[in-house]
Amino acid sequence: MQFWPSVWGMLKKDLILEMRQKYAISGILLYMLCIVFIIFMTFGQGVRGPVWVVLFWLIMLFTSVNAVAKSFLQESTGRLLYYYTIASPQAIILAKMLYNIGLMILMSALALLMHSITSGYPIVDSPSFLLANVLGAIAFATTFSMISAIASKASNSGTMMAILSFPILIPILIILIRISLNAIQQNNLAVNLQDLMYLAALDVMILAMALILFPYLWRD
Amino acid sequence: MLKQLHNRWWKILCVAFLVYTFTAGLLIHTPDVPLLHETVRNLFFHVPCWFSMLLLMLISLIYSIKFLRSGRMIHDVIAVSLLKVAMVFGVLGYLTGMLWGNFIWGDLLSWITNDTKILGAAIGLLIYFAYFILRGSIDDEEKRARVAAVYSIFAFILLNVSINVVPRLTSSLHPGSGGNATFTVYDLDNNLRMVFYPAVFGYTLLGLWISSIIIRMTILHYKKNDIPLV
Repeated sequence: MQFWPSVWGMLKKDLILEMRQKYAISGILLYMLCIVFIIFMTFGQGVRGPVWVVLFWLIMLFTSVNAVAKSFLQESTGRLLYYYTIASPQAIILAKMLYNIGLMILMSALALLMHSITSGYPIVDSPSFLLANVLGAIAFATTFSMISAIASKASNSGTMMAILSFPILIPILIILIRISLNAIQQNNLAVNLQDLMYLAALDVMILAMALILFPYLWRD
Repeated sequence: MLKQLHNRWWKILCVAFLVYTFTAGLLIHTPDVPLLHETVRNLFFHVPCWFSMLLLMLISLIYSIKFLRSGRMIHDVIAVSLLKVAMVFGVLGYLTGMLWGNFIWGDLLSWITNDTKILGAAIGLLIYFAYFILRGSIDDEEKRARVAAVYSIFAFILLNVSINVVPRLTSSLHPGSGGNATFTVYDLDNNLRMVFYPAVFGYTLLGLWISSIIIRMTILHYKKNDIPLV
């Protein structure tokens, strides 16, 4: 099959699967709602400044590890074998990553909405914060997709997912938190421009590495 | 590298460098750097740990790439042995750093949360501990080698971000960031350099030596258990 049609086909398959198994996405939403509710019960309306930022990124981190983890873990060995006969490995990982990027952007919008409703919205510099959200969602989605592919090869993959992904996500989180901390202090996109560029470059790099490395991973 | 495993010349070179480091490092006249004073000598024992750790990780990365290209198990054995030794050097880097921090920053432990360079190093160690856990959770040798190589290459990029990019963005107690002058600007004068560079060479060669012994042990283990090692 051609490259782009097979990417599109895989993407559509993931979407349809998500629509049919509503428990997965509703489970993640419930998870997010629970965290937000716990934060609200603890702090009430009084979350400001750095605490707001760190809580937001914690919600994002733990929601995304749950949302994206299943991308390869849910596939049975037989079904993966079938995909590999009809599509190139690059098409498979690209489709998974594009789907997860979409999912993560949706999740981060929802998390931002819920967190803002319960705890307020202290961000002054919305453009750079929202841009950081999108870039961060891309970074989370691509990294977690790749780690999910790696973890699916190991036994006890649920735990492996967290062990393998959290250390390599810390640098991304540090940059994201830096941008957010600037964004609650001053309304000046120029301050964050350098960090945003780093983040964008990092996204491209992770994407490229995943495309290069995945073909070595899938063969069993 | 395999052909060099049994050679003797670089081991002699390593011993010579290390003897030189540990004698000259303690004896030479060092410049009186403000705040550091005589503790600047720790430069010869602390910094080479990190340098050689990174060099060993880099060589390991090259062998991981080689393994993916060739599929020869021996490349995986080399990659993992180098990483094992790199971990030891990382821990040693921490211990020597704690000694130094105890004199300069006042106590043994408070810096862990304050300094991004240390955080970056901690992330590096965490990533490679995760690497060893990943290896432990896969039984099939060939599959384990392949998955571990992919993870190690993928993680190395993000590790580079945490040790090269992030510390430049944030302030640090270490030289070279947050308004502190770098060693290379004025501290690392020729006297220090004369010991520092041989120290880095000596440490790295020692690391290679230790890992060469681990590699030879692993090869023997493979042979004993009749596991093909191409």
